[in-house]
Amino acid sequence: MHIAAPQSAYDPAAPAIEVEALTKVYKRLVAVDQVSFSVARGSVTGLLGGNGAGKTTTIGMIMGLILPTSGKVNVLGVDMLRDRRKVLARMNFESPYVDMPHRLTVRQNLEVFGRLYGIGDFEIRISILAKDLALEDLLDRPSGQLSAGQKTRVALAKALINEPEVLLLDEPTASLDPDTADWVRAHIEEYRRSSGAAILLASHNMQEVERLCDRVIMLKEGRIVGDASPAELLARFERSNLEEVFLDLARGRRRAQ
Amino acid sequence: MNRAAPQRFSLCRVGAMLRRYLYLLRSSLPRILDLIYWPLVQMLTWGFLQTYLAKASAGGPSVGRLGLAAGALIGAMLLWDILFRGQLGFSVSFLEEMWSRNVANLMMSPLSIGEFILALMAMSIIRLSIGFLPVTFLAILFFGFNLWGLGVAVGFFFANLIVTGWAIGLFCSGVVLRYGLAAESLVWTIMFLMQPLACVFYPASVLPKPLQAFAWILPPTYVFEGLRALLIHHTFHADLMGEAFVLNMILFGAAVLAFRRMLQDARRAGSLLQTGE
Repeated sequence: MHIAAPQSAYDPAAPAIEVEALTKVYKRLVAVDQVSFSVARGSVTGLLGGNGAGKTTTIGMIMGLILPTSGKVNVLGVDMLRDRRKVLARMNFESPYVDMPHRLTVRQNLEVFGRLYGIGDFEIRISILAKDLALEDLLDRPSGQLSAGQKTRVALAKALINEPEVLLLDEPTASLDPDTADWVRAHIEEYRRSSGAAILLASHNMQEVERLCDRVIMLKEGRIVGDASPAELLARFERSNLEEVFLDLARGRRRAQ
Repeated sequence: MNRAAPQRFSLCRVGAMLRRYLYLLRSSLPRILDLIYWPLVQMLTWGFLQTYLAKASAGGPSVGRLGLAAGALIGAMLLWDILFRGQLGFSVSFLEEMWSRNVANLMMSPLSIGEFILALMAMSIIRLSIGFLPVTFLAILFFGFNLWGLGVAVGFFFANLIVTGWAIGLFCSGVVLRYGLAAESLVWTIMFLMQPLACVFYPASVLPKPLQAFAWILPPTYVFEGLRALLIHHTFHADLMGEAFVLNMILFGAAVLAFRRMLQDARRAGSLLQTGE
Protein backbone atom coordinates (compact mmCIF):
# COMPACT_ATOMS: atom_id res chain seq x y z
CA MET A 1 0.00 0.00 0.00
CA HIS A 2 1.20 3.51 -0.73
CA ILE A 3 -0.16 6.53 1.14
CA ALA A 4 -0.71 9.53 -1.06
CA ALA A 5 0.51 12.95 0.02
CA PRO A 6 -1.91 14.53 2.51
CA GLN A 7 -4.77 16.27 0.75
CA SER A 8 -5.51 19.83 1.61
CA ALA A 9 -9.05 19.64 0.22
CA TYR A 10 -11.79 17.42 1.59
CA ASP A 11 -11.92 14.21 -0.40
CA PRO A 12 -14.93 12.09 0.55
CA ALA A 13 -13.62 9.11 -1.40
CA ALA A 14 -10.31 8.97 0.48
CA PRO A 15 -10.03 6.53 3.37
CA ALA A 16 -10.54 8.02 6.81
CA ILE A 17 -7.51 6.20 8.20
CA GLU A 18 -4.48 5.06 6.23
CA VAL A 19 -1.67 3.17 7.89
CA GLU A 20 1.46 2.12 6.02
CA ALA A 21 4.22 -0.18 7.28
CA LEU A 22 3.57 0.92 10.84
CA THR A 23 6.14 -0.50 13.23
CA LYS A 24 6.75 0.01 16.92
CA VAL A 25 9.73 -1.47 18.70
CA TYR A 26 10.16 -1.10 22.47
CA LYS A 27 13.82 -1.89 23.13
CA ARG A 28 13.90 -5.47 21.87
CA LEU A 29 10.15 -6.09 21.79
CA VAL A 30 8.47 -5.66 18.42
CA ALA A 31 4.97 -4.59 19.47
CA VAL A 32 3.71 -3.75 15.97
CA ASP A 33 5.44 -5.03 12.86
CA GLN A 34 4.93 -3.57 9.39
CA VAL A 35 1.17 -3.13 9.74
CA SER A 36 -0.63 -1.60 6.75
CA PHE A 37 -4.36 -1.06 6.33
CA SER A 38 -6.94 1.60 5.61
CA VAL A 39 -10.37 2.30 7.07
CA ALA A 40 -13.08 3.63 4.78
CA ARG A 41 -15.41 6.42 5.83
CA GLY A 42 -18.68 5.11 7.18
CA SER A 43 -17.25 1.70 8.00
CA VAL A 44 -16.50 -0.16 11.21
CA THR A 45 -13.21 -2.03 11.21
CA GLY A 46 -12.26 -4.34 14.00
CA LEU A 47 -8.73 -4.89 15.25
CA LEU A 48 -8.86 -8.34 16.72
CA GLY A 49 -6.17 -10.05 18.70
CA GLY A 50 -5.23 -11.50 22.05
CA ASN A 51 -3.46 -9.71 24.86
CA GLY A 52 -0.22 -8.16 23.63
CA ALA A 53 -1.16 -8.56 19.96
CA GLY A 54 -0.51 -4.86 19.33
CA LYS A 55 -4.08 -3.50 19.18
CA THR A 56 -3.68 -0.71 21.74
CA THR A 57 -0.26 0.25 20.41
CA THR A 58 -1.66 0.48 16.87
CA ILE A 59 -4.54 2.67 18.04
CA GLY A 60 -2.14 4.77 20.11
CA MET A 61 0.02 5.38 17.05
CA ILE A 62 -2.99 6.31 14.93
CA MET A 63 -3.96 8.86 17.58
CA GLY A 64 -0.42 10.20 17.70
CA LEU A 65 -0.06 9.42 21.40
CA ILE A 66 2.60 6.81 20.64
CA LEU A 67 5.39 7.58 18.20
CA PRO A 68 6.00 4.79 15.71
CA THR A 69 9.50 3.50 15.17
CA SER A 70 8.75 3.67 11.45
CA GLY A 71 5.80 3.87 9.09
CA LYS A 72 3.13 6.41 8.25
CA VAL A 73 -0.32 7.29 9.58
CA ASN A 74 -2.81 9.57 7.83
CA VAL A 75 -6.16 10.46 9.36
CA LEU A 76 -8.65 12.32 7.15
CA GLY A 77 -5.77 13.06 4.80
CA VAL A 78 -3.57 14.55 7.51
CA ASP A 79 -0.14 13.19 8.41
CA MET A 80 -0.49 12.40 12.12
CA LEU A 81 3.23 12.50 12.72
CA ARG A 82 3.57 16.05 11.42
CA ASP A 83 0.23 17.82 11.61
CA ARG A 84 -1.99 15.98 14.06
CA ARG A 85 -3.44 19.19 15.53
CA LYS A 86 -5.09 19.89 12.17
CA VAL A 87 -7.37 16.92 12.61
CA LEU A 88 -7.77 16.39 16.37
CA ALA A 89 -11.05 18.32 16.49
CA ARG A 90 -12.53 15.86 13.98
CA MET A 91 -11.62 12.66 15.81
CA ASN A 92 -12.04 11.21 19.27
CA PHE A 93 -11.43 8.04 21.23
CA GLU A 94 -12.36 5.91 24.16
CA SER A 95 -9.95 3.68 26.04
CA PRO A 96 -10.06 1.68 29.25
CA TYR A 97 -6.60 3.06 30.05
CA VAL A 98 -7.93 6.58 30.27
CA ASP A 99 -10.32 8.11 32.77
CA MET A 100 -11.88 11.44 33.62
CA PRO A 101 -11.50 13.54 36.77
CA HIS A 102 -13.41 11.72 39.48
CA ARG A 103 -14.47 14.68 41.57
CA LEU A 104 -16.00 16.58 38.69
CA THR A 105 -19.60 15.78 37.91
CA VAL A 106 -20.45 14.12 34.62
CA ARG A 107 -21.89 17.42 33.38
CA GLN A 108 -18.75 19.36 34.36
CA ASN A 109 -16.49 16.82 32.66
CA LEU A 110 -18.52 16.89 29.46
CA GLU A 111 -18.68 20.68 29.58
CA VAL A 112 -14.88 20.95 29.83
CA PHE A 113 -14.43 18.65 26.84
CA GLY A 114 -17.18 20.46 24.94
CA ARG A 115 -15.28 23.70 25.42
CA LEU A 116 -11.93 22.11 24.56
CA TYR A 117 -13.39 20.86 21.29
CA GLY A 118 -14.75 24.33 20.61
CA ILE A 119 -18.40 23.30 20.54
CA GLY A 120 -20.40 26.51 20.76
CA ASP A 121 -23.69 24.89 21.72
CA PHE A 122 -22.17 22.33 24.06
CA GLU A 123 -25.09 22.47 26.50
CA ILE A 124 -27.46 21.27 23.79
CA ARG A 125 -24.93 18.64 22.74
CA ILE A 126 -24.64 17.38 26.32
CA SER A 127 -28.43 17.17 26.58
CA ILE A 128 -28.61 15.13 23.38
CA LEU A 129 -25.84 12.78 24.50
CA ALA A 130 -27.37 12.45 27.95
CA LYS A 131 -30.65 11.41 26.37
CA ASP A 132 -29.06 9.06 23.84
CA LEU A 133 -26.79 7.38 26.39
CA ALA A 134 -29.25 7.41 29.30
CA LEU A 135 -27.08 9.72 31.36
CA GLU A 136 -29.73 12.23 32.35
CA ASP A 137 -29.92 11.03 35.95
CA LEU A 138 -26.14 10.89 36.23
CA LEU A 139 -25.25 14.35 34.95
CA ASP A 140 -24.89 15.93 38.37
CA ARG A 141 -23.15 13.02 40.05
CA PRO A 142 -19.36 12.96 40.52
CA SER A 143 -17.78 10.78 37.85
CA GLY A 144 -15.89 8.82 40.49
CA GLN A 145 -19.12 7.54 42.03
CA LEU A 146 -20.32 5.79 38.89
CA SER A 147 -20.35 2.07 38.23
CA ALA A 148 -18.13 0.59 35.51
CA GLY A 149 -21.03 0.49 33.07
CA GLN A 150 -22.02 4.08 33.80
CA LYS A 151 -18.40 5.22 33.42
CA THR A 152 -18.22 3.52 30.04
CA ARG A 153 -21.33 5.38 28.90
CA VAL A 154 -19.85 8.67 30.11
CA ALA A 155 -16.57 7.89 28.32
CA LEU A 156 -18.57 7.18 25.18
CA ALA A 157 -20.38 10.51 25.60
CA LYS A 158 -17.01 12.24 25.83
CA ALA A 159 -15.85 10.37 22.74
CA LEU A 160 -18.94 11.57 20.85
CA ILE A 161 -19.02 15.13 22.19
CA ASN A 162 -17.54 16.56 18.98
CA GLU A 163 -19.45 14.23 16.63
CA PRO A 164 -16.15 12.78 15.39
CA GLU A 165 -15.64 11.71 11.80
CA VAL A 166 -13.09 9.20 13.05
CA LEU A 167 -13.81 7.31 16.24
CA LEU A 168 -11.24 5.02 17.84
CA LEU A 169 -12.52 2.60 20.43
CA ASP A 170 -10.20 0.42 22.48
CA GLU A 171 -12.14 -2.45 24.02
CA PRO A 172 -15.26 -0.34 24.55
CA THR A 173 -17.18 -3.07 26.34
CA ALA A 174 -14.39 -4.55 28.45
CA SER A 175 -15.54 -5.32 32.00
CA LEU A 176 -19.18 -4.59 31.21
CA ASP A 177 -22.06 -6.91 32.01
CA PRO A 178 -23.74 -8.46 28.93
CA ASP A 179 -26.75 -6.14 29.07
CA THR A 180 -24.69 -2.95 29.25
CA ALA A 181 -22.25 -4.25 26.65
CA ASP A 182 -25.13 -4.96 24.27
CA TRP A 183 -26.52 -1.51 24.92
CA VAL A 184 -23.16 0.15 24.17
CA ARG A 185 -22.76 -1.86 20.96
CA ALA A 186 -26.21 -0.80 19.83
CA HIS A 187 -25.27 2.80 20.36
CA ILE A 188 -22.03 2.45 18.40
CA GLU A 189 -24.02 0.94 15.54
CA GLU A 190 -26.49 3.79 15.69
CA TYR A 191 -23.74 6.40 15.70
CA ARG A 192 -22.09 4.89 12.65
CA ARG A 193 -25.44 4.77 10.85
CA SER A 194 -26.43 8.34 11.68
CA SER A 195 -23.04 10.04 11.30
CA GLY A 196 -21.22 8.09 8.60
CA ALA A 197 -18.15 8.11 10.81
CA ALA A 198 -15.25 5.73 10.36
CA ILE A 199 -14.86 3.57 13.44
CA LEU A 200 -11.82 1.53 14.35
CA LEU A 201 -12.52 -0.80 17.21
CA ALA A 202 -9.95 -2.87 19.06
CA SER A 203 -11.37 -5.86 20.83
CA HIS A 204 -10.83 -9.42 21.82
CA ASN A 205 -14.53 -10.00 22.04
CA MET A 206 -15.46 -12.06 18.98
CA GLN A 207 -19.21 -11.52 19.26
CA GLU A 208 -18.71 -7.80 19.40
CA VAL A 209 -16.51 -7.78 16.32
CA GLU A 210 -18.86 -10.07 14.44
CA ARG A 211 -21.82 -7.87 15.20
CA LEU A 212 -20.30 -4.45 14.61
CA CYS A 213 -17.58 -4.77 12.04
CA ASP A 214 -17.69 -4.72 8.25
CA ARG A 215 -14.11 -5.83 8.22
CA VAL A 216 -11.79 -7.57 10.64
CA ILE A 217 -8.04 -7.19 10.90
CA MET A 218 -6.53 -9.95 12.98
CA LEU A 219 -3.29 -9.24 14.78
CA LYS A 220 -0.90 -11.70 16.29
CA GLU A 221 2.42 -10.70 17.83
CA GLY A 222 2.18 -7.33 16.16
CA ARG A 223 1.58 -8.62 12.64
CA ILE A 224 -1.58 -8.81 10.54
CA VAL A 225 -2.51 -12.47 10.15
CA GLY A 226 -5.98 -11.96 8.72
CA ASP A 227 -7.81 -9.14 6.96
CA ALA A 228 -11.30 -9.70 5.57
CA SER A 229 -14.98 -9.30 6.31
CA PRO A 230 -16.35 -11.55 9.07
CA ALA A 231 -18.29 -13.58 6.49
CA GLU A 232 -15.20 -14.06 4.32
CA LEU A 233 -13.14 -15.17 7.31
CA LEU A 234 -15.79 -17.68 8.33
CA ALA A 235 -15.99 -19.06 4.80
CA ARG A 236 -12.23 -19.18 4.34
CA PHE A 237 -11.67 -21.04 7.60
CA GLU A 238 -14.84 -23.11 7.29
CA ARG A 239 -15.83 -22.12 10.80
CA SER A 240 -19.15 -21.12 12.26
CA ASN A 241 -17.93 -18.18 14.34
CA LEU A 242 -15.01 -15.77 14.63
CA GLU A 243 -13.87 -17.24 17.92
CA GLU A 244 -12.93 -20.47 16.16
CA VAL A 245 -11.21 -18.51 13.41
CA PHE A 246 -9.32 -16.54 16.03
CA LEU A 247 -8.20 -19.69 17.81
CA ASP A 248 -7.04 -21.19 14.51
CA LEU A 249 -4.94 -18.10 13.84
CA ALA A 250 -3.75 -17.63 17.41
CA ARG A 251 -2.54 -21.19 17.63
CA GLY A 252 -0.99 -21.06 14.18
CA ARG A 253 -3.18 -23.77 12.73
CA ARG A 254 -3.84 -21.82 9.55
CA ARG A 255 -3.10 -18.47 8.00
CA ALA A 256 -5.80 -16.38 6.38
CA GLN A 257 -3.69 -14.68 3.75
CA MET B 1 -21.98 22.46 15.05
CA ASN B 2 -20.16 25.70 15.89
CA ARG B 3 -16.44 25.05 16.46
CA ALA B 4 -13.41 27.28 17.00
CA ALA B 5 -10.53 26.81 14.57
CA PRO B 6 -8.43 24.17 16.36
CA GLN B 7 -5.00 25.33 15.28
CA ARG B 8 -5.09 28.95 16.40
CA PHE B 9 -4.23 29.78 19.96
CA SER B 10 -7.51 29.76 21.82
CA LEU B 11 -8.21 31.52 25.09
CA CYS B 12 -11.48 29.54 25.17
CA ARG B 13 -9.51 26.32 25.57
CA VAL B 14 -7.34 27.93 28.25
CA GLY B 15 -10.58 29.00 29.93
CA ALA B 16 -11.95 25.46 29.67
CA MET B 17 -8.92 24.12 31.51
CA LEU B 18 -9.17 26.83 34.16
CA ARG B 19 -12.82 25.97 34.63
CA ARG B 20 -11.87 22.31 35.05
CA TYR B 21 -9.32 23.15 37.79
CA LEU B 22 -11.69 25.54 39.54
CA TYR B 23 -14.45 22.93 39.56
CA LEU B 24 -11.93 20.59 41.13
CA LEU B 25 -10.73 23.08 43.71
CA ARG B 26 -14.17 24.15 44.83
CA SER B 27 -15.29 20.53 45.16
CA SER B 28 -12.86 19.98 48.03
CA LEU B 29 -12.80 22.20 51.12
CA PRO B 30 -9.70 20.43 52.54
CA ARG B 31 -7.76 21.37 49.41
CA ILE B 32 -8.75 25.00 49.76
CA LEU B 33 -7.80 25.00 53.45
CA ASP B 34 -4.51 23.33 52.57
CA LEU B 35 -3.67 26.31 50.35
CA ILE B 36 -3.94 28.63 53.37
CA TYR B 37 -2.76 26.32 56.16
CA TRP B 38 0.97 26.02 55.35
CA PRO B 39 1.59 29.66 54.41
CA LEU B 40 -0.10 30.61 57.68
CA VAL B 41 2.01 28.20 59.74
CA GLN B 42 5.19 29.44 58.03
CA MET B 43 4.28 33.06 58.58
CA LEU B 44 3.58 32.47 62.28
CA THR B 45 6.85 30.55 62.80
CA TRP B 46 9.00 33.19 61.14
CA GLY B 47 6.98 36.01 62.64
CA PHE B 48 7.62 34.76 66.18
CA LEU B 49 11.29 34.27 65.34
CA GLN B 50 11.38 37.87 64.16
CA THR B 51 9.78 38.99 67.43
CA TYR B 52 12.28 36.96 69.45
CA LEU B 53 15.28 38.35 67.56
CA ALA B 54 14.01 41.88 67.96
CA LYS B 55 13.57 41.42 71.73
CA ALA B 56 16.91 39.61 72.16
CA SER B 57 18.74 42.43 70.44
CA ALA B 58 16.94 45.20 72.32
CA GLY B 59 19.43 47.51 74.00
CA GLY B 60 22.42 45.95 72.28
CA PRO B 61 24.70 47.78 69.86
CA SER B 62 23.27 46.04 66.80
CA VAL B 63 19.62 46.49 67.65
CA GLY B 64 18.74 48.47 64.56
CA ARG B 65 20.41 46.21 62.03
CA LEU B 66 19.30 43.00 63.72
CA GLY B 67 15.75 44.24 63.98
CA LEU B 68 15.71 45.07 60.29
CA ALA B 69 17.36 41.76 59.48
CA ALA B 70 14.62 40.01 61.40
CA GLY B 71 12.14 41.96 59.30
CA ALA B 72 13.96 40.57 56.30
CA LEU B 73 13.32 37.07 57.62
CA ILE B 74 9.55 37.30 57.55
CA GLY B 75 9.73 39.17 54.24
CA ALA B 76 11.95 36.45 52.81
CA MET B 77 9.55 33.80 54.07
CA LEU B 78 6.62 35.50 52.32
CA LEU B 79 8.59 35.77 49.08
CA TRP B 80 9.78 32.18 49.42
CA ASP B 81 6.15 31.18 49.56
CA ILE B 82 5.55 32.86 46.18
CA LEU B 83 8.33 30.74 44.71
CA PHE B 84 7.35 27.49 46.41
CA ARG B 85 3.56 27.83 46.12
CA GLY B 86 3.89 29.12 42.57
CA GLN B 87 5.72 25.96 41.57
CA LEU B 88 3.37 23.71 43.52
CA GLY B 89 0.30 25.45 42.08
CA PHE B 90 1.58 24.71 38.60
CA SER B 91 2.74 21.16 39.24
CA VAL B 92 -0.20 20.02 41.36
CA SER B 93 -2.67 21.08 38.66
CA PHE B 94 -0.65 18.95 36.26
CA LEU B 95 -0.55 16.09 38.76
CA GLU B 96 -4.36 16.22 38.92
CA GLU B 97 -4.35 15.11 35.28
CA MET B 98 -1.97 12.27 36.05
CA TRP B 99 -3.91 11.14 39.12
CA SER B 100 -7.18 11.06 37.19
CA ARG B 101 -5.57 9.38 34.12
CA ASN B 102 -6.83 12.26 32.00
CA VAL B 103 -3.61 13.16 30.18
CA ALA B 104 -4.40 11.14 27.05
CA ASN B 105 -7.85 12.76 26.82
CA LEU B 106 -6.21 16.19 26.85
CA MET B 107 -3.46 15.23 24.40
CA MET B 108 -6.10 13.91 22.00
CA SER B 109 -8.17 17.08 22.24
CA PRO B 110 -7.39 20.25 20.26
CA LEU B 111 -5.71 21.71 23.36
CA SER B 112 -2.18 22.79 22.44
CA ILE B 113 0.82 22.48 24.74
CA GLY B 114 1.03 26.28 24.89
CA GLU B 115 -2.62 26.56 25.95
CA PHE B 116 -2.12 23.83 28.54
CA ILE B 117 0.94 25.57 30.00
CA LEU B 118 -0.84 28.93 30.10
CA ALA B 119 -3.76 27.35 31.97
CA LEU B 120 -1.35 25.81 34.49
CA MET B 121 0.36 29.19 34.93
CA ALA B 122 -2.93 30.96 35.52
CA MET B 123 -4.01 28.27 37.95
CA SER B 124 -0.73 28.64 39.79
CA ILE B 125 -1.50 32.33 40.39
CA ILE B 126 -5.05 31.55 41.52
CA ARG B 127 -3.92 28.85 43.96
CA LEU B 128 -1.11 31.04 45.25
CA SER B 129 -3.41 34.01 45.74
CA ILE B 130 -5.84 32.00 47.85
CA GLY B 131 -3.12 31.29 50.40
CA PHE B 132 -0.72 34.17 49.96
CA LEU B 133 -2.97 37.24 50.06
CA PRO B 134 -4.65 36.52 53.42
CA VAL B 135 -1.30 35.63 54.98
CA THR B 136 0.31 38.93 53.92
CA PHE B 137 -2.52 40.81 55.63
CA LEU B 138 -2.26 38.62 58.73
CA ALA B 139 1.48 39.42 58.84
CA ILE B 140 0.54 43.09 59.18
CA LEU B 141 -2.00 42.31 61.87
CA PHE B 142 0.16 39.96 63.96
CA PHE B 143 3.70 41.23 63.43
CA GLY B 144 3.43 44.64 61.87
CA PHE B 145 5.24 43.52 58.72
CA ASN B 146 3.68 45.09 55.65
CA LEU B 147 4.95 43.46 52.47
CA TRP B 148 2.75 45.77 50.39
CA GLY B 149 4.49 48.72 52.00
CA LEU B 150 7.50 47.89 49.84
CA GLY B 151 5.57 49.38 46.95
CA VAL B 152 6.25 48.63 43.32
CA ALA B 153 9.24 46.45 44.25
CA VAL B 154 6.78 43.75 45.36
CA GLY B 155 5.58 43.51 41.75
CA PHE B 156 9.12 42.92 40.50
CA PHE B 157 9.83 40.39 43.24
CA PHE B 158 6.56 38.59 42.52
CA ALA B 159 7.02 38.49 38.75
CA ASN B 160 10.53 37.09 38.98
CA LEU B 161 9.72 34.49 41.62
CA ILE B 162 6.54 33.25 39.96
CA VAL B 163 8.32 32.77 36.61
CA THR B 164 11.02 30.72 38.36
CA GLY B 165 8.27 28.70 40.04
CA TRP B 166 6.59 28.05 36.68
CA ALA B 167 9.88 27.01 35.08
CA ILE B 168 10.64 24.52 37.85
CA GLY B 169 7.00 23.36 37.85
CA LEU B 170 7.07 22.79 34.10
CA PHE B 171 10.30 20.83 34.34
CA CYS B 172 8.88 18.64 37.14
CA SER B 173 5.69 18.08 35.12
CA GLY B 174 7.79 16.88 32.20
CA VAL B 175 9.66 14.45 34.43
CA VAL B 176 6.37 13.09 35.83
CA LEU B 177 4.94 12.80 32.32
CA ARG B 178 7.98 10.87 31.17
CA TYR B 179 8.60 8.66 34.21
CA GLY B 180 5.11 8.41 35.69
CA LEU B 181 3.85 9.04 39.18
CA ALA B 182 6.87 7.26 40.61
CA ALA B 183 8.63 10.60 40.07
CA GLU B 184 5.89 12.55 41.87
CA SER B 185 8.01 13.23 44.97
CA LEU B 186 10.19 15.50 42.85
CA VAL B 187 7.29 17.95 42.64
CA TRP B 188 7.13 18.29 46.42
CA THR B 189 10.84 18.38 47.18
CA ILE B 190 12.75 20.04 44.33
CA MET B 191 12.27 23.56 45.66
CA PHE B 192 13.90 22.67 48.96
CA LEU B 193 17.07 21.96 46.99
CA MET B 194 16.92 25.54 45.81
CA GLN B 195 16.26 27.06 49.25
CA PRO B 196 19.86 26.99 50.60
CA LEU B 197 21.39 27.88 47.24
CA ALA B 198 19.05 30.78 46.45
CA CYS B 199 20.05 32.43 49.75
CA VAL B 200 16.50 32.95 50.90
CA PHE B 201 17.30 33.87 54.49
CA TYR B 202 20.95 35.00 54.32
CA PRO B 203 23.17 36.92 51.92
CA ALA B 204 25.00 35.09 49.15
CA SER B 205 28.30 36.19 50.67
CA VAL B 206 27.71 33.68 53.48
CA LEU B 207 28.12 30.77 51.05
CA PRO B 208 31.51 29.23 50.22
CA LYS B 209 32.98 30.76 47.06
CA PRO B 210 32.18 27.85 44.68
CA LEU B 211 28.58 27.80 45.85
CA GLN B 212 28.30 31.57 45.48
CA ALA B 213 28.98 31.22 41.77
CA PHE B 214 26.19 28.66 41.56
CA ALA B 215 23.84 30.79 43.66
CA TRP B 216 24.15 33.70 41.22
CA ILE B 217 22.95 31.46 38.39
CA LEU B 218 19.60 31.16 40.17
CA PRO B 219 17.14 34.01 39.54
CA PRO B 220 15.64 33.92 43.08
CA THR B 221 19.05 34.79 44.58
CA TYR B 222 18.75 38.25 42.96
CA VAL B 223 15.27 38.69 44.35
CA PHE B 224 16.18 37.80 47.94
CA GLU B 225 19.30 39.97 47.80
CA GLY B 226 17.10 42.73 46.43
CA LEU B 227 14.65 42.30 49.29
CA ARG B 228 17.40 42.54 51.90
CA ALA B 229 18.85 45.63 50.22
CA LEU B 230 15.43 47.23 50.27
CA LEU B 231 14.66 46.38 53.90
CA ILE B 232 18.07 47.07 55.40
CA HIS B 233 19.49 49.81 53.15
CA HIS B 234 16.22 51.19 51.73
CA THR B 235 17.62 50.78 48.24
CA PHE B 236 15.77 49.17 45.35
CA HIS B 237 18.18 47.52 42.94
CA ALA B 238 16.49 47.52 39.55
CA ASP B 239 19.64 46.00 38.08
CA LEU B 240 19.19 42.89 40.24
CA MET B 241 15.62 42.55 38.99
CA GLY B 242 16.76 42.95 35.40
CA GLU B 243 19.40 40.26 35.78
CA ALA B 244 16.87 37.95 37.44
CA PHE B 245 14.47 38.58 34.55
CA VAL B 246 17.07 37.62 31.94
CA LEU B 247 17.99 34.46 33.85
CA ASN B 248 14.31 33.64 34.24
CA MET B 249 13.73 33.89 30.50
CA ILE B 250 16.59 31.49 29.93
CA LEU B 251 15.35 29.16 32.67
CA PHE B 252 11.76 29.20 31.40
CA GLY B 253 12.88 28.64 27.80
CA ALA B 254 14.99 25.69 28.93
CA ALA B 255 12.02 24.29 30.89
CA VAL B 256 9.75 24.52 27.83
CA LEU B 257 12.34 22.70 25.72
CA ALA B 258 12.83 20.06 28.42
CA PHE B 259 9.06 19.57 28.76
CA ARG B 260 8.65 19.16 24.99
CA ARG B 261 11.56 16.73 24.89
CA MET B 262 10.14 14.65 27.74
CA LEU B 263 6.70 14.69 26.10
CA GLN B 264 8.27 13.30 22.94
CA ASP B 265 10.12 10.70 25.01
CA ALA B 266 6.82 9.73 26.67
CA ARG B 267 5.21 9.36 23.23
CA ARG B 268 8.18 7.28 22.12
CA ALA B 269 7.95 5.10 25.24
CA GLY B 270 4.19 4.74 24.81
CA SER B 271 3.51 5.95 28.34
CA LEU B 272 0.93 8.64 27.55
CA LEU B 273 -1.83 6.06 27.30
CA GLN B 274 -0.89 4.46 30.58
CA THR B 275 -0.05 7.31 32.91
CA GLY B 276 0.54 6.09 36.43
CA GLU B 277 3.23 4.35 38.42
